[in-house]
Amino acid sequence: MAKYLLLKHYRGAPAAVNDVPMDRWTPEEISAHVQYMNDFAARLEKTGEFVDGQALAPEGSWVRYDGEGRPPVTDGPFAETKDLIAGWMVIDVDSHERAVELAGELSAAPGAGGKPIHEWLELRPFLTAPPTITE
Amino acid sequence: MDEALLRSLTLGVLALLVRRGADFAAAEDAVQDALVEALRVWPAGPPRDPKGWLVTVAWRRFLDATRADAARRRREVRFDEEPTPGPAPAVDDTLRLYFLCAHPSLTPSSAVALTLRAVGGLTTRQIAQAYLVPEATMAQRISRAKRTVSGVRLDQPGDVATVLRVLYLVFNEGYSGDVDLAAEAIRLTRQLAAQVDHPEVAGLLALMLLHHARRAARTTPDGSLVPLADQDRGRWDTGLIAEGVGILQAALARDRLGEFQAQAAIAALHADAPTAEETDWVQIVEWYDELARLTDSPVIRLNRAVAVGEADGPRAGLAALAELDDSSPRSSGKGYPVPRYAAVAAYLHERDGDLATAAQLYAEAARQAPNLAERDHLTRQAARLNAARRR
Repeated sequence: MAKYLLLKHYRGAPAAVNDVPMDRWTPEEISAHVQYMNDFAARLEKTGEFVDGQALAPEGSWVRYDGEGRPPVTDGPFAETKDLIAGWMVIDVDSHERAVELAGELSAAPGAGGKPIHEWLELRPFLTAPPTITE
Repeated sequence: MDEALLRSLTLGVLALLVRRGADFAAAEDAVQDALVEALRVWPAGPPRDPKGWLVTVAWRRFLDATRADAARRRREVRFDEEPTPGPAPAVDDTLRLYFLCAHPSLTPSSAVALTLRAVGGLTTRQIAQAYLVPEATMAQRISRAKRTVSGVRLDQPGDVATVLRVLYLVFNEGYSGDVDLAAEAIRLTRQLAAQVDHPEVAGLLALMLLHHARRAARTTPDGSLVPLADQDRGRWDTGLIAEGVGILQAALARDRLGEFQAQAAIAALHADAPTAEETDWVQIVEWYDELARLTDSPVIRLNRAVAVGEADGPRAGLAALAELDDSSPRSSGKGYPVPRYAAVAAYLHERDGDLATAAQLYAEAARQAPNLAERDHLTRQAARLNAARRR
């Protein structure tokens, strides 16, 4: 009964074990990968642990306020260092152990050669409402 | 239309259907149908016997739903010929549902969801909103839970401790949206206490009432946390406190101490103090010792260290904290930090006059805080000490 965000990175995470860029996979390998992710989400819906999930476009911009009456500034001199989120999924599980177990499963999605990617996923707990008893 | 009245009737109606032989899931669907029908029909003409009305409609719905099934038809006929309920007293029916919904084969979140739906009579949508998950997710969670318990035969009395744990989980979830889960947990625990003569049920009810009594004083209008010592005691609900203390005293008199009674005793000692300074910390430490004897956990020892710090001074509190785990002072032994360890350490160091360490620990505690209100509170504490040190 705690929510966690699973973050998949395009860039910014440590390299995966099976680290082959997706554009060098075969179409069948890509389909298998997508199927794995869809099956994973469908299974979590059935267990009542799925909250939400979306894939994100690889290109995005940084935006910043630039003062009264001026248009916002987009991007900066730091484009090469930015961390790129590829997609996210929110799960609601009974324990931290369960969240780690599911993240591990998601990280085993098949990649090049049909082998698990072993990619690093970021697992972040949600900040919740305060419990009724804290003192 | 009194929705609270409807909800309070659900449990008995469902229990009756289950005892008449209805499958749990089918009975539950039939009761939900009857409730929807009641919401539609009652405003125009409320029945004289609301519960009887619901039983009749729900039972008819159940029979309609099972009519197509040949095997069930035989059972239906058998029940039609046998209209009077069995010899078991009515209270056992509803109790059976509590035990079914808190069955150990269910995960905590499933047990909570099923209890709120079947015993509490909340709709799936209301439960989903309270837990901030999609309705489809909650529907799946509940239907899985129903499948899990559908084969369970409750020929032996269940474990009261499991039921209490589920109710405590509901209470501690706080509240969000339409449904106040704390109030709902109190309502269900009251129902349970009316049926089960067990000092720990009374202990849990007392504990909930005593904590609930302080609710208005726990947060500012903008949602910031107000620590116990700073709360405006004039805003505590003295009626609830008196009720909680009365229930607790009756339970303690029976001399069958359990963890909920011990926790309620600590809450009662806090509620009893006219000012924070007049809190009887010596007695609170004694209750924590009882609690540690009943159910030792790092969280209990952590809270005990706070009480020791108040009773015997911050140095004694820090010494009690250091005992928490010899090998790794911030570890619960499972690779996770004890929740709020850093916050407690920060508080004790501040009282001991070591502001630099305290500020650093408050900042660390803020990083580990599980919720926004707590994180903001701890960040403010760190900022306050850092500002004081710059001066």
